[in-house]
Amino acid sequence: MLKLIRYLKGYWAASISAPLFKFMEALFELIIPLVVANIIDVGVANGDTAHIVRMGLLMFGLGAAGFGFSALCQYLAARSSLGYGTNLRRALYDHVNRFSFAELDRFGSPTLVTRITADVNQTQQAVAMFIRLVMRAPFILIGSIVMALLINVKLSLIFIGAAVVVSIILFIVMRLSVPYYHRLQKGLDRVSLLTQENLSGARVVRAFSKEEEEKEDFAAATDALQKTSERVGRISALLNPLTYIAINAAIILLLWLGGKTVYYGDLTQGEIIALVNYLLQIQLVLVVIANLIVTFTKASASAARINEVFDVETSMTEGAGATPDESAPAVRFDDVSFAYGSDVENSLENISFTLGRGQSLGIIGGTGSGKTTLVSLIPRFYDAKGAVEVFGNDVKAYTFRELRGRVAVVQQGSALFSGTLRDNMRMGNEEATDEEIWAALETAQAAEFVRKYPEGLDKAVLAKGRNFSGGQKQRLSIARALVAKPQILILDDASSALDYATDAALRRALKAMDGLTVVSVSQRTNSVMHMDRIIVLEDGRMTACDTHENLLENCPAYAELYRLQNEEAA
Amino acid sequence: MKKKSTLRRLLGYCKPYLGFLILALVFAVGQIVATLFAPVIIGNAVDYMIGAGAVDFEKILIHIIELAAAIAAAALCQWLVGLCTNKTAYGIIRDLRVLTFDKLNTVPLKFIDGRSHGDIMARVSGDIDLVSDGVIQGFTQLFTGIVTIIGTLVFMLTINWLVTVVVVVVTPVSIFVAYFIAKGCHNKFRDQAIKRGELSGLVEEMLEGQKTVKSYNYEGRAAKRYEAINQDLKKVGVKAMFYSALINPSTRFVNSIVYAAVTVIGAFLCVRGGLTVGGLSCFLSYANQYTKPFNEVTGVIAELQSALAAAGRVFDILDEADEVETGSLMPQNVAGNIDVEHVCFSYNENPLIEDFNLQVKSGMRVAIVGPTGCGKTTLINLLMRFYDVKSGSIKVDGVDIRDYTRKDLRGMYGMVLQESWLFEGTVRENIAYGKPDATLDEVIAAAKSARIHGFIKRLKNGYDTQLEPDSLSQGQKQLLCIARIMLVKPPMLILDEATSNIDTRTEIRIQEAFATLMQGRTSFIVAHRLSTIVGADVILVMRDGNVIEKGTHTELLQKGGFYKKLYYASFDTGEKA
Repeated sequence: MLKLIRYLKGYWAASISAPLFKFMEALFELIIPLVVANIIDVGVANGDTAHIVRMGLLMFGLGAAGFGFSALCQYLAARSSLGYGTNLRRALYDHVNRFSFAELDRFGSPTLVTRITADVNQTQQAVAMFIRLVMRAPFILIGSIVMALLINVKLSLIFIGAAVVVSIILFIVMRLSVPYYHRLQKGLDRVSLLTQENLSGARVVRAFSKEEEEKEDFAAATDALQKTSERVGRISALLNPLTYIAINAAIILLLWLGGKTVYYGDLTQGEIIALVNYLLQIQLVLVVIANLIVTFTKASASAARINEVFDVETSMTEGAGATPDESAPAVRFDDVSFAYGSDVENSLENISFTLGRGQSLGIIGGTGSGKTTLVSLIPRFYDAKGAVEVFGNDVKAYTFRELRGRVAVVQQGSALFSGTLRDNMRMGNEEATDEEIWAALETAQAAEFVRKYPEGLDKAVLAKGRNFSGGQKQRLSIARALVAKPQILILDDASSALDYATDAALRRALKAMDGLTVVSVSQRTNSVMHMDRIIVLEDGRMTACDTHENLLENCPAYAELYRLQNEEAA
Repeated sequence: MKKKSTLRRLLGYCKPYLGFLILALVFAVGQIVATLFAPVIIGNAVDYMIGAGAVDFEKILIHIIELAAAIAAAALCQWLVGLCTNKTAYGIIRDLRVLTFDKLNTVPLKFIDGRSHGDIMARVSGDIDLVSDGVIQGFTQLFTGIVTIIGTLVFMLTINWLVTVVVVVVTPVSIFVAYFIAKGCHNKFRDQAIKRGELSGLVEEMLEGQKTVKSYNYEGRAAKRYEAINQDLKKVGVKAMFYSALINPSTRFVNSIVYAAVTVIGAFLCVRGGLTVGGLSCFLSYANQYTKPFNEVTGVIAELQSALAAAGRVFDILDEADEVETGSLMPQNVAGNIDVEHVCFSYNENPLIEDFNLQVKSGMRVAIVGPTGCGKTTLINLLMRFYDVKSGSIKVDGVDIRDYTRKDLRGMYGMVLQESWLFEGTVRENIAYGKPDATLDEVIAAAKSARIHGFIKRLKNGYDTQLEPDSLSQGQKQLLCIARIMLVKPPMLILDEATSNIDTRTEIRIQEAFATLMQGRTSFIVAHRLSTIVGADVILVMRDGNVIEKGTHTELLQKGGFYKKLYYASFDTGEKA
């Protein structure tokens, strides 16, 4: 939590002055019981009505000033904590944006989203609470005890005793209930999981007529959750009655011992009332402190999760920049090996090949053979052992902008973003004109369906392109890649959702584009057979790299694949 | 109006816990009365401490015993209130969840297909929690708050009417302040929630599409979009937080006005002899806590509103009509002859399938082909009665499928869908899903014919390995789903692009296994792979939701229609135009 305090930058003045204002308010609040005691002991005892009115006005004044100070404090606290949250959110997002895929894969995006949003909110809330209460709660607590000391030293021991007993109660109740919160969260997660499984598997559940079993499972999970909730409930239900008893036991003690003190003339009636009031104030403050502890426990867990993200530095340093050599091969791999972690097997092993400018390369292999990994190295999504060169320079020499501006990748599950169709098409080329976009849509076989939208390129795209079918999304992502005018186009199983006719038309259109280097990944020999060269990958190793005709002759694995995929049709 | 009926309906769900709820209210009254007695007793005790040598210890002792009793009663009641509301609240949460979940299993699939799953899940988890927090606990708080206010006034009246009037005069100020702030808060919090939603939506989108973001050097622009929302969030956030943070000081201020007024007037009365010092002390205690319930009540009203809205969202699901079971016929020795007669169907008002006819003899293989989005899965929805036909009929062995129960009808099919579905459980449980009493040998045999036995054996705990989400590749998941069917051996099969994510070699083996399974079984296959389709007895060529061609591979090629075009496109060399 402390590590994150630096994000209060720009709000230091506000966040330090806010507690001071609060302090003023608390001070006034502490004076009030004294004023009341004075009214009783001086005003009432002497029948001095003028004094009573004067003191009454003083009380009102103190209240008004207290309100002013505390409103000011609340405003400053809101500004500082939101300022802190905004700074932190920006810093965290920027940090995550610098991550390479090695780090992104490690965390996974759902948890990063929670950390950027919910966790930051949690600590932001804690900062606000801290600023508002850091002074007030302890000050009132200690102040009340000090005031009691000033009134009567012996009786103030009751105060200290009460504070200690209440603290112990707080501690025990928290200690007993906190472990259950963890279990509660788990139970709730299970309920969500079962619901989600039931929804996404609705057809399977019904096809197997498993509704009853599903219901039973769910009922069991909710029953367990109910039991845990009730158990925590039973423990927390003790907190308020116990503190109430503790404070009031102190009042009883105060009345009895106080009565004796009054009898011996060491205490006045007004002072007894003041002492009772201070005790009641302590009770209120302790409840606040209990809340504060809960907030801070939650916030420190959140802070730890945030710091975990900050502690991970990107494993990839951006190159200083390089001038591409247009006459050099578009892509060259020299003895490249790659593993996704330090303790896992290599996903790629000793890959070497050269791909000339304007040529096309097919990559074929089974599930998990390393096809996607191989092409991910070209735009430097990951760093590998060995040399990956693009236009004569190692990919590590280029800035990300230089490199990725030349290479466009269309993935299997390519993402569209919320906005308009035009916004999406312009992602790789902000200045693209509508004519250029339409030309790309035409090439990607997407123009036909886009033309049907009355809004045309202004058609709204929902988050993740939800309002388009899988095939449409793939075609749009291909078009987007083309708008970027890349020199190297990588299609990573990008046409898997397209039907044969569309796929073939797309391949023809790409073929017609001059000077474009194409890398195409597929499981289907028919998608790669027309490429200038084809790499056959098996378990991360390159078994062959040749033309379709030569592979049929010399690579038994490829020949078998081709035969199997086409035999019935032939 | 709607709010009222929602509330009434909610009370209906309280019925099993009515006893606890009533007890909670009774104990709440007990707690409040006992709590309110305490200041009176303290005041009385203080009155016996006039000064040095003038303290009546006997009287004080009596009051102390009274006070101890009041405190014990208050604490006990408070504890019991807590227990009773817990019982009610958690019970209702449980009941509502189970009811909602049960509902999800009886509604037509149309409901599940047509809604965002995230939204439904939010209702099952978050909204139902809100209902109990807001309605049950809010209700008790509201009740406690109102009783406290009334009780305080009554107690004050018994001591001195004039001071009470002063307090009452200030009351509207409290109400006004609390109302004003609560209203402001509500709006500001709504704005803040909207911005928060926008922000997390954007982050989620950008991070999930990070490969795309990075490959287009879009990071900078994404950060700009993010920062714009971040700044907006700061603006509304400061307002929302400031407003909500004002509640406390404001009530404290109103409180201190009441407090000062009570002190001054009370002191005057003491001087004139209308009030004792102990009475004044007692008044001060009441004044101290008088405005707090107002504060709580307004908070609770806001909470109640959002809880009622949440309850409404939950009831929306509960109000969905169930699928009506029409059939009762017991299926006997299903052969698998299927007749589709004059079927019309559509998901909405736009007609999709019109006057569709098809005869499938037992044991035949039917392949469904067509371009992306041609409506192939629709046929499956109809065959398994996930959706009902608008007109016409589908018959199995001459019996209208609506004469069977859905359960029996679906039991006749083995199905592997495009998105393979596994649940959290062991490998064995997943395979034995359709036949829970299957022996391990049977499960292994099924896994063997689905060619996944070798893979399972290599897992840490073999067949007892617990499946986690994402621990298997798409291909492995599908193989497990296939093993499921292998175990059940149903008379009819539906295969929906089941092999599209498995690499060719594995796919070939599976196809061999399927060929055995399909022997003598009627099967429907949706696939892009022409090799699978060519061997089919009937090919249905679909386009825009309609079956436009029907026949065997050779027949369709001879016909020279859309199928021929599709077929040649897939083997197009890409070189000729």
